Amino acid sequence: MSKELENKGQTNVQAETTPSNSVTPSPLVAALRREKPDWAGEVIEAFGEVTVIVPRENILEICSYLKTAPGFEFNFLADLCAADRGPEEEPRFEVNYHLFSITKHHRLRLKVLLNDDDPHVQTVTGVWRTANWHERETFDLMGIIFDGHPDLRRILLPDDWEGHALRKDFPLRGFDARRSAS
Amino acid sequence: MHQVEIATTRETLLDSPEMILNMGPQHPSTHGVLRVVLRLDGETVMDLDCDIGYLHRGMEKIAESRQYPMIAPYWDRLDYLAAVSNGLVWVETVEQMMGLDVPPRAHYIRTILTELNRIASHLLWLATHALDIGAVTVLLWCLREREEILKIFERQFGARLTCHAWRIGGMPNDAYDDFEKDVRQFVNNFPKRIDEYETVLSENRIWLSRTVGIGVISAEDAIAIGLSGPALRGSGVAWDIRKARPYAAYADMDFDIPLGENGDTYDRYLVRLEEMRQSRRIVQQAIDNLPDGPVNAKVPKIVKPPAGDYYHSIEGPKGEIGCYLVADGTSSPWRVRVRPPSLINLQALRQMCIGHLVADVVAIIGTLDIVLGEIDR
Repeated sequence: MSKELENKGQTNVQAETTPSNSVTPSPLVAALRREKPDWAGEVIEAFGEVTVIVPRENILEICSYLKTAPGFEFNFLADLCAADRGPEEEPRFEVNYHLFSITKHHRLRLKVLLNDDDPHVQTVTGVWRTANWHERETFDLMGIIFDGHPDLRRILLPDDWEGHALRKDFPLRGFDARRSAS
Repeated sequence: MHQVEIATTRETLLDSPEMILNMGPQHPSTHGVLRVVLRLDGETVMDLDCDIGYLHRGMEKIAESRQYPMIAPYWDRLDYLAAVSNGLVWVETVEQMMGLDVPPRAHYIRTILTELNRIASHLLWLATHALDIGAVTVLLWCLREREEILKIFERQFGARLTCHAWRIGGMPNDAYDDFEKDVRQFVNNFPKRIDEYETVLSENRIWLSRTVGIGVISAEDAIAIGLSGPALRGSGVAWDIRKARPYAAYADMDFDIPLGENGDTYDRYLVRLEEMRQSRRIVQQAIDNLPDGPVNAKVPKIVKPPAGDYYHSIEGPKGEIGCYLVADGTSSPWRVRVRPPSLINLQALRQMCIGHLVADVVAIIGTLDIVLGEIDR
């Protein structure tokens, strides 16, 4: 395995693994780092999963690349969601992209970190169409704004709803969200 | 509620040959509270928009203020027709994060009951789908078989629909005394029941004309739009998490993944029927090889997964049920996200319906097998 990885031009890291449940994340990340060193900022491996923290500016580029590049082939966006780390944290928000490969059967999580005062990230609807409703929901409940989204409006809550319900500073009780929040 | 932007080329609606039709939210064939706004030219669907969220209960928000074991019953209310599967994804996520070693007997019983749940869910799908299209007999037959499964659930869990089936680390109780007998009886009777449905539907002229070539979606489109479960396999994509990333006891089971060819409503019908047969096969194997032993792992009194995040998904009856858990090391999760298969599958409705007749919208909503409890959460 390592010999093949050292081969600089070779990105087909999954070739020798059987397409069963064998997840070989480390070669995946190694290949990513080798191919695009400035993209993969920080790599976390925990609970048998790989998370790559990518800069916000690169998300569209990296997703398009991972979707088709041989050896990666993440053709299936399983899930897209956001989490609020807390109002006092900086960066406050994280947007998670759970990528799956239907051909290679491996998975990868991309994470984009966003500040409270600028929760913008580029949409990936152009890469995977399924991201459309995922991003609408993330906007609705977490207030992340996906630049370039074709139809960014609320999906679960009413249009005249104020605030974003899954944020940590959204009040759990009371009738008027704004009043009880202050 | 949500504004629907519909472009009309004429000055007023009266001048326009196009018409806006509201379907739902209280409409029997939308299987819950789904509102579909249709733009029609005559009876042909030109465009549509789904309005969802009528059943939004804020499950993900609620879960942030509950302790880990308290969340499981909420998960039953997502896809209430597959409460056992939903419960499984939650407990497995927490177990895998904590590194709990669930005994094999628990895995086997989980596999049996989850597969029975898949059969029950598919039976109700077939019942309502056939009813929508006009075949009433199948409804009665399917509910008859589903009743047998619900009886097993009732004896095992004490509830028929929202079972609260599992506990973190294993099961609340071992299988009840007659469990094997009941399951075997069902397994033995079931094949001829499926044959009965096939007799009524598979070569029925009305059924064929209502389903063949309706709601066609190609394999590439299905992947791009994120379809999963039988809806994806109906288009010929062999993607089944039970095979690709086995959980519970599926690694020990021998079964096939049925695939469609044309990606139309009829193929998805055939795929689901065959899936029921395969599920029966899995149950048969699991009950034959059911190991002895305990059904619970050693679980700390207070469940506290280590800080970090984890995504786990299983193959539910409707598709990939995922659970993304962010733990902060306390007894409550920091953030929980459910990846509901019905929501993502419903996204395909627009593409599948355009160009078809209004009556076909009903058939296509049926073939997607959506449950609004899961879509709205």
